[in-house]
Amino acid sequence: MSIGTIARRTFLIGSAATAGGVAFGVWRYRTPYDNPLEDQLAEGEVTLTPYIKIDTDGVTVITPRIELGQGTMTTLAALVAEEMDLDLAQVRADHGPPSAAYYNGVVSAEGMPVAATDTGFMARTARGAGDVVGKFMGLHITGGSTSIPDAFDKMRQAGAAARLVMIRAAAEREGVIAGSLWTELGHVVGPNDLTIAYEDLAADAALLDIPRDVELKSRSNWRYLGQSQPRLDMVPKITGTAPFGIDIRLPDMLYATVRSNPAQGAGALNYDATDAQEMKGVVKIVPLKTGAGVLADTTWTAFRAADLIEFDWAPSPYPETSEDMAAALADSFTDEARDSRFRDDGDVENGSAEATEIEAEYKVPFLAHAPLEPMNATAWLRDGKLDIWAGTQVPTYVVDVAKDLTGLPDDAITLHTTLAGGSFGRRLEFDFIAQTIELALEADGRPVKMTWTREEDFAHDYPRPMGMARMKGRIAADGQIESLDGAFAYPSVVASQVSRLGLTVPGPDVAIVAGGWDQPFSIPNYRMTGHRAPEVAPVSSWRSVGASGNGFFHDCFLDELIHAAGLDPMEERIRLCWHDPSRKVLEAVAEMSNWGSPLPEGSGRGVGFCLSFGVPCAEVVEVTQTERGLKLDRAFAAADVGTALDPRNLDAQLSGGMIFGLGHAMNCQLTYTAGGAPDQINFPDYPAMRFDQCPKVETRILENGDTIKGIGEPGVPPAAPALANAIFAATGQRLREMPFDKFVDFA
Amino acid sequence: MKIVVNGIDHEVDVDPEMPLLWVLRDVLGITGPKFGCGIAYCGACTVHIYAQPVRSCSLQVQDVDGPVTTIEGLGSPDGLHPVQEAWQEHQVAQCGYCQAGQIMTAAAFLAEVPDPTDEDVDAAMGNNLCRCGTYPRIRDAVKTAAQKMKEA
Repeated sequence: MSIGTIARRTFLIGSAATAGGVAFGVWRYRTPYDNPLEDQLAEGEVTLTPYIKIDTDGVTVITPRIELGQGTMTTLAALVAEEMDLDLAQVRADHGPPSAAYYNGVVSAEGMPVAATDTGFMARTARGAGDVVGKFMGLHITGGSTSIPDAFDKMRQAGAAARLVMIRAAAEREGVIAGSLWTELGHVVGPNDLTIAYEDLAADAALLDIPRDVELKSRSNWRYLGQSQPRLDMVPKITGTAPFGIDIRLPDMLYATVRSNPAQGAGALNYDATDAQEMKGVVKIVPLKTGAGVLADTTWTAFRAADLIEFDWAPSPYPETSEDMAAALADSFTDEARDSRFRDDGDVENGSAEATEIEAEYKVPFLAHAPLEPMNATAWLRDGKLDIWAGTQVPTYVVDVAKDLTGLPDDAITLHTTLAGGSFGRRLEFDFIAQTIELALEADGRPVKMTWTREEDFAHDYPRPMGMARMKGRIAADGQIESLDGAFAYPSVVASQVSRLGLTVPGPDVAIVAGGWDQPFSIPNYRMTGHRAPEVAPVSSWRSVGASGNGFFHDCFLDELIHAAGLDPMEERIRLCWHDPSRKVLEAVAEMSNWGSPLPEGSGRGVGFCLSFGVPCAEVVEVTQTERGLKLDRAFAAADVGTALDPRNLDAQLSGGMIFGLGHAMNCQLTYTAGGAPDQINFPDYPAMRFDQCPKVETRILENGDTIKGIGEPGVPPAAPALANAIFAATGQRLREMPFDKFVDFA
Repeated sequence: MKIVVNGIDHEVDVDPEMPLLWVLRDVLGITGPKFGCGIAYCGACTVHIYAQPVRSCSLQVQDVDGPVTTIEGLGSPDGLHPVQEAWQEHQVAQCGYCQAGQIMTAAAFLAEVPDPTDEDVDAAMGNNLCRCGTYPRIRDAVKTAAQKMKEA
């Protein structure tokens, strides 16, 4: 493992490495990375910046954040197309190679204990340091709703610089001054009907120096940005022609699957593959660290053969049952296990005389990411070269893993990042890719496509951790909320993720309290404490991470306090909120839902709010009691992203995030009853939102925030509290534990 | 064994118990129908036999009793089916993995029920899973597609 690898791995998402990163990273921060496209150009291709490749057919924009469904490929391409004056509909987009040049300068700031609403000097310095760290470490990573904020300036600057060199190349060729030329839809144009396609100028342009300081268009001159664009991947996805990872086909390819110990974190002691080996179409059974793999003539043969292998599994090192895991969390509300206390305003311990005290315990379960495309990858090792096709959010890590497994040097390894059928955080892990490389090592030079069964996928999901909160509050004699004291206990997602790289991260894990400690409400005595529970299962980042549970804990308990004070849930949240953009999203959903208007008997309306990933988001859900159970009638969401680049895509992500949050809150959990394997093995056990349960949805995007933000995750956290608060309004039943279908029926 | 897919005759030498999905994907290289759950629950593998929607992951190839149409045979990027046109108009897909199955289900449904109510749509589409939460746009697109198919 190289020093660079270790440095990058040591950092990952944690906060404590930040200070060191600033000091030793400055020299490198000033120096641009080499353009990784330079080494890969085919005959007739040229490159201008790491984001732009041109051949005789036109321009390819490198969109180095993986398209998982969030629409990032189109919006990133639009950033370049806007400034370069390309015809966006003609642009080809490509994920590009793994490279530190595509470092994510925003993702590391998410791990810092700096509230998004904090605009002070220290907060700004810390966020700036995030970019330095990201660049120094070369973190090529998709996640944390950061793709747009990270790329917003970088990719526009790349487009503007490329446009300038096109103009200079045309000016030189035509012998005119550059100032007399301008650009239109992929052409340099000038007086006397001069028009030259970029393709025809590219070779000359590539010889010119790319300017570092370029002026960007003002918003009033935007052609694509700020307007809804047809997604570049839409027609392929609705015609069955979009190549997902699972669709890769190569000559003489073997089809494979693996079977790992369904108990988490343990391997196979022994196995008997006699019957599997004899099955027609089976080529080879390959031992793996965690079980075995089957190489076969089709995926179906591989699946059936894997079923025939008789394993003697090793016992899981983790607690066997959900009850044991919950007990470990409950035991973590101690001073020894305290992980952070980023908020400690006033005095929550000593209340005023005659205050009413309220206490409640809240719980969330383990949740699987379960993207609809099961984990799969393709690897082809031949002639001292390795090609990998996979849907991954961490391409440079995958190359490191491939180097470790094969002993090949960097330049012998090519990773093709494919389209992915969802992720929700699952593709930050790369276990399935490592398994595929292990199989390719045994495939005698033939390509191997490895596909997990759905059951394998559920068993090895690296779920969102179980969490627990103990909430206390007081209502003063004058009817005001006097204090709010929250304590949250989870296993650390960051610690679990980096442990799989053989590392530890010092300092607190912000995810344990994210979405709880950093909420913009004025409560005089206000404390939020994180407790680190033991790693009761291997866990990872699930869409909106810590805020997926803490948004529920914080907002529902706030709702309890507001009801106890006899106040209106919407009006009081608005009154307590000191942060202007946050207050406005609350006001927006109030208006959209006609908050306060009468509802029929048996119906109720609830509001939920959470500020996560820098985005304030408020949601309102309306439910009605029916003979078949509770029906979700309508749902409203408003979020503030600072600058809205593609309104229709923002609507898709915000409504999708809300539906994701609602469906899991209603219907989903992973439980463990024996042996460390989840009880839920396929979608009937884990239905999430069903089509006929889905409410009518309306969204609104606001732009009052001062910086541009991403929307992939912030729609999730307010959904569960909005629904729980609506159920309380409709039925008087207060739900403090997910999934809600343990306690109520849904129609 | 003979099988007709998207109007083309294929002779396939496979185990007759192999599910149609894997014959399409791994033997014939027709990858529009997707593997999602393997137990006929999620709908990502939906294809038509005659005009009926079927879950190809759970239908043995020996039981295929008519011509198969996959998403590739419904329309193409240069010649979209009205349902696909509606999906494009409403920009339905996010990750897109379920959408071939959603579209095949919707196309078969609208051929039977040209003027559906909201309840009809929910009932017909209710067994197709989407993890990204595109259901509201699917509802709108099915309505638009119904209109387009009536006008066509």
